[in-house]
Amino acid sequence: MLGSGIIKGLLETARNFFGSFRQPERLVTIEYPEQQRTVPENNRSFPFLVFDRNDPVKGLRCVSCKICEKECPPQCIYIETEKDSRGKPIKHPKVFDIDISVCMSCQICVEVCPFDSIKMDQTYELSQFSRYDALILHKIDLAKSNEYYHQIKPTEAGLVDEQLAAEREAQIAKAKAAAAIKVAPATASPTPKPPSPAPPAKTEVPA
Amino acid sequence: MILLYSSPEALLIQLKSWTVSLAPAAWQPVLSSAISALVILLLFAGIFALTTLVERKGLGRIQNRPGPNRVGPCGLFQPIADGVKSLIKEDIVPAAADRAVHFLAPLVVLAPAALALALIPLGPGLAAVDMDAGLLCFFAVGTASELGAFMAGWASHNKYTILGAMRAIAQMISFELPLVLSTLTVVMLSGTLSLSSIAQQQGSYWFGLPAWNVFTPWGLAGFIIFLIAATAESNRSPFDLPEGESELIGGFMTEYSGFKYAVFFMGEYFGMFAISGLTITLFLGGWNAPFSFLVWIPSFIWFLIKLGLMLAWFIWVRGTLPRVRVDQLMNFCWKMLLPLSLLNILAAIFWHFTASWQFPGAWGLRWAIGFGMIALPFIGISQSGARQKKWGPRIYRYAD
Repeated sequence: MLGSGIIKGLLETARNFFGSFRQPERLVTIEYPEQQRTVPENNRSFPFLVFDRNDPVKGLRCVSCKICEKECPPQCIYIETEKDSRGKPIKHPKVFDIDISVCMSCQICVEVCPFDSIKMDQTYELSQFSRYDALILHKIDLAKSNEYYHQIKPTEAGLVDEQLAAEREAQIAKAKAAAAIKVAPATASPTPKPPSPAPPAKTEVPA
Repeated sequence: MILLYSSPEALLIQLKSWTVSLAPAAWQPVLSSAISALVILLLFAGIFALTTLVERKGLGRIQNRPGPNRVGPCGLFQPIADGVKSLIKEDIVPAAADRAVHFLAPLVVLAPAALALALIPLGPGLAAVDMDAGLLCFFAVGTASELGAFMAGWASHNKYTILGAMRAIAQMISFELPLVLSTLTVVMLSGTLSLSSIAQQQGSYWFGLPAWNVFTPWGLAGFIIFLIAATAESNRSPFDLPEGESELIGGFMTEYSGFKYAVFFMGEYFGMFAISGLTITLFLGGWNAPFSFLVWIPSFIWFLIKLGLMLAWFIWVRGTLPRVRVDQLMNFCWKMLLPLSLLNILAAIFWHFTASWQFPGAWGLRWAIGFGMIALPFIGISQSGARQKKWGPRIYRYAD
């Protein structure tokens, strides 16, 4: 009969009306400043620099190789290398600026970094009152601890840590091997016969 | 001056007459009218503010949203924020507009609605204007708001506004007919055009149950027809074609901004209050309590409770039904509501002339016959209309 659909519709809206009071899970709105959506792990906003050993200055993984600066498509990264007292460059950035008004969150800097020192952050509350200086993040703003990295991206950070640990072990092993080579000739030299204890030690070094 | 307490209504009336008596005699009539106008405007402006908030929150809940809850506790100050916002917005008048008419249109919408509110009795003796021909005056005044809508559309000099105004005129004039015809039954049966006498006559109780007009077959049918026509008359969803946000931007209000827009908005809500008040007075027993053991609650409280329920109904309908098409609107008005309201007059005549039936079960028989006189034609019209595809989805013959 004409009008029965209206009654059905009215009942449906009444069910929604009272249901939204009785079942709070019906309300899908996330009331933003108080409630925050949990972002997925792969979410990315702008890059940050990872540091180890609770030392945001000395602990930075960045060695100021400037690969990211060169690769950045919109050229939003600016790096100056630190110099020691004799003017010789050392493996540490003196200035590391990212202009996040220019950055397009492409993650290329992260992909090209050979030292796992630059990663993508998840912060999004970055609005500022100024268009210019406030949106340029300096080294001290960019430096964030490895713990923070683990906190926002546990899987990726775990993998990075494993890889770094493997590299470090490889380096130690390499150093040991090198030391062994150095020691071997030294111990071998007094003996009358000079040839061949060293080469086998070298081949044992893992890749 | 001693206030003699007999009833809360009498207390209010005495308070007013005491205030008026303080003024010099020449000024007393003016002061009396001014006080009445002030009370009406303040009361209904307060209800307006509350309604906008309740409407937004209610619609939100219907759509499973919390609704506005930022301004003040639970968003209670939202109407104040809205008012401040509309006050400080830029008042834009289109370059091609007729400035004088453009300025006058919101007032022409608001003033008749406020005037119509003055005619509604909130309690015995609590009508600002208690006229013998109150109902007639209500419709005469209420029709003027159509002029305001058309003025707004015409003066804005914009194709959307003129389309909205044309729709408003067509819709309001069409729905005026079933609106008036359905009230005619009440006038016939109660024998008066005075709104307070109509409400007074519904004040008796039958074994504790109220003798409201809505509990008679013609009253029930008249109430439903009146409610539908009132929804169309006050431009409420699903008959909000003159506004038609999705198709006409804002209809005749497209070129209005800031406070003029707010005045339009206020006029529409005042119109809704007035027509709700009239529905209550004509069909829902006016200020009378629904049960005889509840008469100790003051009459104006009952009126306001009923008004709140009417407004809740309008909000509920708005949250439920999508906007109808123009052809559906016109078909429904002229081919459904108009014949039914004419038949309803017949049903009222039947009810009136069978009032002398005294045999047992007479009341039930009268009810059944009277109701059948409207219900059977309704089923017939709806089914023949469905066969001829008057309502239901439109078939596009050339656009496939």
